[in-house]
Amino acid sequence: MTTKRIAVVENVLSANDRLAEDNRRLLDSARVFALNIMASPGAGKTSLIEQTVQRLAAELRVGVIEGDLATSIDAERAEAAGAVSVQINTGGNCHLEAPMVRDALAQLPLNEMDLLIIENVGNLVCPAGWKLGTHLNVLVASVPEGADKPYKYPSMYNDVDILVVNKIDLLPYVTFDMDFFKRGVEILNPGVTTFPLSCRTGEGLDAWLNWLKTSVADFRSTR
Amino acid sequence: MHELAITQHVLDITLNHAEGRRVTDIYLVVGQLSSYVDDSVQFFWDFISKGTPAEAARLHFRREPALLGCHGCGGSAPLTKDFTCPNCGSEAVTIESGEEFYIEAIEIEMEEVST
Repeated sequence: MTTKRIAVVENVLSANDRLAEDNRRLLDSARVFALNIMASPGAGKTSLIEQTVQRLAAELRVGVIEGDLATSIDAERAEAAGAVSVQINTGGNCHLEAPMVRDALAQLPLNEMDLLIIENVGNLVCPAGWKLGTHLNVLVASVPEGADKPYKYPSMYNDVDILVVNKIDLLPYVTFDMDFFKRGVEILNPGVTTFPLSCRTGEGLDAWLNWLKTSVADFRSTR
Repeated sequence: MHELAITQHVLDITLNHAEGRRVTDIYLVVGQLSSYVDDSVQFFWDFISKGTPAEAARLHFRREPALLGCHGCGGSAPLTKDFTCPNCGSEAVTIESGEEFYIEAIEIEMEEVST
């Protein structure tokens, strides 16, 4: 028996990418602007979502998809803040995938929403490779994690559209070389829009919220 | 953790291109920055390929190093841990490659043509 080599050259995640495009089309047609929030556990994803929903609830209709291993603690926090929410329990999976988001979208009143925030599973490695169909990827870094994270998790920092640096109120108390951090970010992702803030004190939150309101308005005016 | 899902994707793409013919070899290209573990994919492969035309196919992994491009000396070099150019020490670098993860080719069995 002879064998023959067939060129394939197909990205292993191409099936997920196609489903992500379907999700994007669904969001576009409902005029819902969507963010995929990624971070390590404890960086403050849920706190940022809580603050964002609370402060924007009067102006925007916000939906939240919470990805978590097993609990619904985060979805409850998002709802208490004023969002409609859906919980995806990944059952141990370390990241969200496009099909999980498709199923969650079916449970949300998309036509009565302006903004969708997806909270990915806390993890700085796996979520980077799996597109969900959101319009922007947001990474929440935090000061206590240390300034070396861009160097240790380059594929996460490489890929994001927006970088939030949370817990800046802790800068006087922890060792965090901001210049070293910024240098790594700049190499991986030149010119990425960055919001240093503190969800606890509220410092810097206005810049983030104003950017987000403008982004939602711009998006909806073009659809 | 997610290598099972990855392995399923590898199988789906392979069977799609093989169009029912028996697959003997699969050539994968994996960038150093992509977070996939060869041994783990191989482990799941042996289970999920069972009973398919790709059962017992050999998986070949070609690891591609992550490279940085240096604006200081214009060269290209393996990524260092502090992102400086190992040739000239410049900090003006960009990441050129290392995120790849794709199936490059598969090898399938061909019917002998008797003459």
